[in-house]
Amino acid sequence: MVIAVDNLNLRVSGFDLLRDLNFVANAGEVTVVVGPNGAGKSSLLKVLVGDLVQTSGEVRLNHRELASWAVGDKAKILATLPQHSVLNFPFTAAEVVQLGRIPHRTGIQRDAQIVDKALARVDAKYLQKRFYTQMSGGERQRVQLARVLAQICEPSSLGERFLILDEPTSAFDLAHQQLTLALVRELAGSGIGVVMVLHDLNLAARCADKILVLDGGRIAAQGTPTEVLTVAVIDQVFGVDVEIGEHPITHQLMVIS
Amino acid sequence: MRYVAPQALIAALLSALLGLLCLALTLGTVELSVGDLGRTLIGQAQGPRADTLHTIVFDIRLPRILMALCIGAILALSGAVMQGLFRNPLADPSLIGVSSGASVGASLAIVFTGGLLQANALMGLSVVAFGAFAGGLLATLLVYRLATSEFGTSVTTMLLAGIAIGAIAGSLNGLLSYFSNDALLRQMSIWQMGNLSTANWSRLLPVAVALCVLLVALPRVGLALNALLLGESEARHLGINVQRIKRQLIIATALGIGMAVAVAGLIGFVGLVVPHLIRLLIGPDHRWLLPASALGGAMLLIIADTLARVVASPAELPIGILTALIGAPLFIGLLVRQRRELQLW
Repeated sequence: MVIAVDNLNLRVSGFDLLRDLNFVANAGEVTVVVGPNGAGKSSLLKVLVGDLVQTSGEVRLNHRELASWAVGDKAKILATLPQHSVLNFPFTAAEVVQLGRIPHRTGIQRDAQIVDKALARVDAKYLQKRFYTQMSGGERQRVQLARVLAQICEPSSLGERFLILDEPTSAFDLAHQQLTLALVRELAGSGIGVVMVLHDLNLAARCADKILVLDGGRIAAQGTPTEVLTVAVIDQVFGVDVEIGEHPITHQLMVIS
Repeated sequence: MRYVAPQALIAALLSALLGLLCLALTLGTVELSVGDLGRTLIGQAQGPRADTLHTIVFDIRLPRILMALCIGAILALSGAVMQGLFRNPLADPSLIGVSSGASVGASLAIVFTGGLLQANALMGLSVVAFGAFAGGLLATLLVYRLATSEFGTSVTTMLLAGIAIGAIAGSLNGLLSYFSNDALLRQMSIWQMGNLSTANWSRLLPVAVALCVLLVALPRVGLALNALLLGESEARHLGINVQRIKRQLIIATALGIGMAVAVAGLIGFVGLVVPHLIRLLIGPDHRWLLPASALGGAMLLIIADTLARVVASPAELPIGILTALIGAPLFIGLLVRQRRELQLW
């Protein structure tokens, strides 16, 4: 059960934003999309969740054409966190997370438990009764993350679940970046397929099962972090001279610029 | 800070509304005692004044107060829905030009159907109401298209669109009055001043039906509206059929505002102030906000209409002036308090 992308092309007002993309994102794995600004990362995520419709090619979710999914069914197994969310109304954090339960109708009590747990997982329990409109950027993003967690935290009879995240850590401090990456690994461990855009190559190296490097709307490289994050690829795509090293203790790959 | 549980607020509003109904029935140019009112209501009034009392209560005051109730509820509901739809707590039918659009539609209907309004009140009213509905719908669609993007609604664009639509409406109304005859002119200008003194049972009927339709239809979209506050694509990802809900909401508000404008003219601020106040008390959850706003709007308009009848008795004030006088300071108060809360944080 996967998200499968075949020969995907996306053309918007005369510009080729995505060209000939082929890849799969497996359930239970973390697929990280990296690339320079304007490479088409956000466009790709929008196609994967159905906000943009591809010009040609195919996107399949759990072996079914994405566009053929009913909105209500899709919402039960596919959740997405956009880069920016605007909410001008004073919902409390708990109420925002509660919105993630809309597709399920599992009842007030069950929902309240799930909301509690989701808030705790993103270290936002203390925000529960605070107003969204009065939170800092990082706090808001954590609450939104909890909302999408609440949306897909339970297995569904409709197939594998997927979480699509667009730069989930961009507003976070160091501690919450670490927490989020650990959370993403944990979600993948529980069988959820995660596709996310990250800018920090070291973060990508640490948590990805598979990295997809986009450049000018094409896939420049894809594979495991060690296969993809090489001096040559980074030089070719980002135009930056780097050294590839190793973390002194964990021995994970590190990009040193 | 939230102060009240939504269920408690709704219960309190309901009982206050009932009390207010009785109070409003006793007040007016002729003041009734509670005893008189009670006896008249159950048909047990006796003595030489019995017939007069019956006429005052059943033919004059009751339809008018119920009309205020319906219009107030409709305006507040439409305001609450519109704010959710525009994802902006400052959207109000009278501020963003929807009421002006409705008023042009109504004027056009009056002019082009000639004396129909005098010939047959119910028929005439439905034609005017339809004109107002069409005008309101057009204005809503226009403002929505202009001001709403994927990042919500721009307040500036929304208010500027309101000014533009208001200007167009003003000149069209002027043009229509310039070319119409004296009888039509009088009809149009009386109607535009906005008041409830023309209320009677046959005019109440379509308004009450419109309110019932809204009350039955809107609670179902409560959850969808909550999801819409996050943004249109977010709502879609939560399994909401956004296009369909949006269409339904735009039609529902245009219907409500068109009806209110057709019957009572331009009554501002109810749709802005009431949902705002309710949201402050119980939060923005539309499942509670919508019914509570309807109750609050009904109360506000009954209070305003009673004041309009009583303050300068036996003369009357236009109710639109009073809602603005009550509503605007309240709104300013809310803004000031909200600012203070934000700064304390």
